[in-house]
Amino acid sequence: MSRTARLVDTMHDVDASHLTHGVEVAFHDLDLTYGTGTLALHKITLTVRTGELVAIVGPSGCGKSSLLRLAAGLERASGGSVAVGTESVAFIFQEPTLLPWASVRRNVGLLGKLAKLPHDELSERVDAAIRAVGLTDFADQLPRSLSGGMRMRVSLARALALEPRVMLLDEPFGALDELTREEMQLQLLDLYDRRGFTALFVTHSVSEAVLLADRVVVMSARPGTIRDVVPIDLPRPRHRELRFDPAYVDYVKTVSDLLRKDDR
Amino acid sequence: MTTVPAVGSFKAFAKAIGAGRLRSLMKRALRALVIPAAVVAIGMGAWYGATHFLLSPSRRFLLPPPQQVWSRSFSDPAHLRPMLDALAVTVKVASLGLLIATAVGVALGAVMSQARWLEGALYPYAVLLQVVPILAIVPLIGLWVGYSTSARVLVCVLISLFPVITNTNFGFRSVDRGLHELFDLGRASWLQRLVRLELPAALPSILTGLRIASGQAVIGAIIGDMFFARGDPGIGTLINNYVAQLRSEDLIAAVLLAAGFGVAVFAFFAVLSSVLVGRWHNSGARR
Ligand SMILES: Nc1ncnc2c1ncn2[C@@H]1O[C@H](COP(=O)(O)OP(=O)(O)OP(=O)(O)O)[C@@H](O)[C@H]1O
Ligand SMILES: [Mg+2]
Repeated sequence: MSRTARLVDTMHDVDASHLTHGVEVAFHDLDLTYGTGTLALHKITLTVRTGELVAIVGPSGCGKSSLLRLAAGLERASGGSVAVGTESVAFIFQEPTLLPWASVRRNVGLLGKLAKLPHDELSERVDAAIRAVGLTDFADQLPRSLSGGMRMRVSLARALALEPRVMLLDEPFGALDELTREEMQLQLLDLYDRRGFTALFVTHSVSEAVLLADRVVVMSARPGTIRDVVPIDLPRPRHRELRFDPAYVDYVKTVSDLLRKDDR
Repeated sequence: MTTVPAVGSFKAFAKAIGAGRLRSLMKRALRALVIPAAVVAIGMGAWYGATHFLLSPSRRFLLPPPQQVWSRSFSDPAHLRPMLDALAVTVKVASLGLLIATAVGVALGAVMSQARWLEGALYPYAVLLQVVPILAIVPLIGLWVGYSTSARVLVCVLISLFPVITNTNFGFRSVDRGLHELFDLGRASWLQRLVRLELPAALPSILTGLRIASGQAVIGAIIGDMFFARGDPGIGTLINNYVAQLRSEDLIAAVLLAAGFGVAVFAFFAVLSSVLVGRWHNSGARR
């Protein structure tokens, strides 16, 4: 295999053997205990295939963000391993996390600048990414003059400009109103169909998870474990109308029931 | 200034341009011109009053009236010339001192922000700089670096360093953690992080520090003038001389010039803030 596994942090939590052909992200027997003593994740084993979009749902505080942070190398596992099959990873935080002094264009180009991409190529990619999220008219504005939804789109464009093979999205649409959220979901689906990246998508919304994902991972409350993985066999490309499809509604019900098992 | 029109035409006028806009226009004019002018007028009046009613004619030399300061000092090139030359020296000293304090202070503040142990190691000295009265170490400075211009510059540096260090340190430490993680993920080099994230993010704080430091530097330069008189005289040197010679018109003129310099420096940094960070940060925005 020509791909080099980007092995997160120190050698102990690295295990490239789980990166068999066609696997982009692999968590194996993963534990995470924070410095405060909180056991956040327990025995997580999950493989994400190349080009797959996996959604993660679970109660608040169950360790969804922690899981993404582990995949990105922002956190270090206390046991088990994390392996990611590529260097090309983009993380979309729950907050837009933009440079307040830089225009939309400069924000979108930031990661390419850090990676020292050639100027012409970068500016082409930046323009394309801004176009893809529909912000061409606002390219020279500062973040403070954008709405919350527009800022989130800038954050999305910044990730897209990297043309990443893996996208880690942490409740990217959580702070948006219903209408904007739906628009962003469809935009993401469209981009996914065209670009074919691998994605781990954390969300609180079951319907969002079912609409977007090939598989939905349902996690239990803290310490976070994987309760179940639900494959979503709905055809792509997916559209707005899918929401009224009985099969879709069934999936939403299945996942919701799995989530609520705790409550009894 | 325009005269107030008669009531009828005023109403028509107001109606024509929109009463709301007129009111806000007048409010702004009031704020920008009338109020400051009134404050100046009151100050002058108080000055007059003090000269004429508080002081007997034999003691009037202690505070000569404004027109006398004007006629015997400001308007007389033979008096004004040396003052302006001296002011130029003081301005040079203060600017050089502030420049050095900025370079050293920003560097130290940035270094301190990188690790707690560095802060622990350096911060006590910064505090020392702040709490040791400058007048207490002035003799030492004279002993070590002599009584020339460099001693004056050193006083400026010592007196204005602390606010630059602490504000820079604070600015660097308040950089958003999410943005730092973004740079982690982008595998930014330390230089990229410094130039593209930390410095711009800390700029509003640094400018706040500079605004305080600039005032200090002006004070330092004048203190320096007074103690280290070797070389070209500064405005502080002249103030000392005028006091010794009881030249009160010149004394007041020199003090006013020094004050004007302080105000100009402050205004300069206010404008600088608004130009550099006003577009994205509230601290630099015009209210
Ligand atoms: N930096 C940290 N230090 C200590 N404990 C932490 C830290 N970050 C998270 N935790 C703990 O780990 C657990 C999981 O946190 P995490 O943020 O991953 O949850 P989450 O599933 O993303 O929650 P939410 O849905 O509310 O975003 C929580 O109990 C939290 O208190
Ligand atoms: Mg979270």
